[in-house]
Amino acid sequence: MANRLTQAVTGMQEWFNDRAPSFGPFYAKHMTSYYAPKNFNIWYIFGVLSMVVLINQIVTGIFLTMFFKPSAAEAFASVEYIMRDVEWGWLIRYMHSTGASAFFVVVYIHMFRGVMYGSYKKPRELVWLLGMLIYLVLMAEAFMGYVLPWGQMSFWGAKVIISLFGAIPYVGTALTEWIMGDYLPSDATLNRFFALHVIALPLVLLLLVVLHIFALHEVGSNNPDGVEIKKGPKGNRWSSSAPADGIPFHPYFTVKDTFYTGCFLLICAFIIFFQPTFGGLFLEHDNFIEANRLVTPVHIKPTWYYTPFYAMLRVVPNKLAGVLTMFSAILVLFFLPWLDRGKVKSWRYRGTGFRVALFVLGICFVWLGKIGSGPGTDPVETIIGRFLTAAYFGFFIFLWVYTAFGFEKTKAVPERVNGHD
Amino acid sequence: MHKSHPWIAGFLLALSLGFALPAAAAEEGGLAPSNANLADTGSLQNGAKLFMNYCSGCHSLQLMRYSRIAEDLDLSEDQVMNNLNFTGVNFGERIPPSMNSVDGKTWFGAAPPDLSLMARAKGVDYVFNYLKSFYLDASRPVGWNNTVFPNASMPNPLWELQGVQTAKFKAAEGSEPAQFEGFEVHRAGTLKPEEFDKVARDIANFLQYAAEPAAMQRKSIGIWVLLFLATFTLLAYFLKQEYWKDVH
Repeated sequence: MANRLTQAVTGMQEWFNDRAPSFGPFYAKHMTSYYAPKNFNIWYIFGVLSMVVLINQIVTGIFLTMFFKPSAAEAFASVEYIMRDVEWGWLIRYMHSTGASAFFVVVYIHMFRGVMYGSYKKPRELVWLLGMLIYLVLMAEAFMGYVLPWGQMSFWGAKVIISLFGAIPYVGTALTEWIMGDYLPSDATLNRFFALHVIALPLVLLLLVVLHIFALHEVGSNNPDGVEIKKGPKGNRWSSSAPADGIPFHPYFTVKDTFYTGCFLLICAFIIFFQPTFGGLFLEHDNFIEANRLVTPVHIKPTWYYTPFYAMLRVVPNKLAGVLTMFSAILVLFFLPWLDRGKVKSWRYRGTGFRVALFVLGICFVWLGKIGSGPGTDPVETIIGRFLTAAYFGFFIFLWVYTAFGFEKTKAVPERVNGHD
Repeated sequence: MHKSHPWIAGFLLALSLGFALPAAAAEEGGLAPSNANLADTGSLQNGAKLFMNYCSGCHSLQLMRYSRIAEDLDLSEDQVMNNLNFTGVNFGERIPPSMNSVDGKTWFGAAPPDLSLMARAKGVDYVFNYLKSFYLDASRPVGWNNTVFPNASMPNPLWELQGVQTAKFKAAEGSEPAQFEGFEVHRAGTLKPEEFDKVARDIANFLQYAAEPAAMQRKSIGIWVLLFLATFTLLAYFLKQEYWKDVH
């Protein structure tokens, strides 16, 4: 019996391999023979968690599109129809709305990890660039998704964000009208944002994610010690040519990631079932009022994940300068691999200046986020916001000066990675 | 690396609290807590009755169905159709406005809004405080004003129960606007203040329910989801430990 079963399985494998001989090696290259450093710590789970959230967004999104009506007249009511009349509709919708915020939480931590351990440095510049493109597309995707429920904040948030393009000299006004298909966010805007949100951008996002992972698997993962395991000694229990400090991604990291995914889902489930609006941060109060072009909300603010950049826009007195500052804050991240000339990757062995500067960068980002989510009427806060904006850009200037002119005093980097957890 | 976990957790917690607490503090600023409780079915039933008697004459609940109210508030179809449905629409239908919006606009200066999502848009405490804060103001078209929503077009629908109150203001000085100091009873109502608080609380509670009927469902299911995920995570932890035994 067992023999028969083995024969059947082997037979099926042979049948498959005859017809698709490259599938097996492909699977091995990315799973069982992808050797990842054994010393990954908790900061290294956020890439996998973003994949988990991405899949959640796609699956729940498919079900939402079955009931959502992409028209200005019906969108708001159709979302409430999902919340009330569709079986489990409220759960699907909360999974999608919580997922959007969770996506940015894990992506921001994932990016911060990259800076902590120098994951953007040679030979991983391409991985970083593709990741930054993912971040850009994700911001566009989330913005358009937020417009769809057609609440007050959807409408007015869309109006404010789209009007940013109006700051561009000469073509600005024409450009905003072209984007909206109208003079105000309207039925045409909602309908095209729906198309972009459910088809165009997810396709781009998926492609970029695949490229991000392929690019990573070409060069191999960095690790908390910033040691290149491929340059270290060779030979482990699985292969004589593999790095000695690497272990197969599957099963070792798949089981580890399963555990951390469980922890992550616990937090997400708590939010979904007990705090779905998260105090007005994940679903804003004003968005429970249908869009009304005649009534402007007291405070128009974007969702929390844009607020650091929104704060920069607001504290700069000139609109065009503000828009440029805001976009530069994102653009400068693309150049990080070339601004940072330091050879040592991990902050464990980098100079004190780098550690302090990174800490300050983190504080600036969070504090700006807090300022950007407030009413923006406090003049003292505006002054603080300007200092924080300057400090944000200061990080990149400092980093270049610090590393290009040899000011950084690094510690000795170990030959091999340090243990594992 | 185990030692770094509390630090990370602390960092994430601080980050989320840094965002959530100011937001939470700002939204309920200056409002007395309503203590409305969705688990209190009696309060919800009373709130539904009060809403239909005192509010539904002008305000619709266009996202709520009578049948859903029956199901969630432990009422029978007959109870709902005989005691709560004054509009004559079918049991499975949504609660329509009794007044058309043009009339509303003519009579009050603004059409009475649909209240289906009001408690989510403004907060349940806002609704509770709003209902208690009407006062006589001869300068307003309908003779009423409200401290929670200044210059609201709405007259006090509950004046017989609450009584009629006037507001005391400290006079405006220079650039300082007039400061609200407190209410004074002009004419007592049929209910004592504590009894009226319960009226306002039950209506607020019913509107809180109407704004998100799934709230009761999600909380009761949520416990089981968390228990399942905790078990799953624990098993995944043991599996991970088992696999990683041979990594040195």
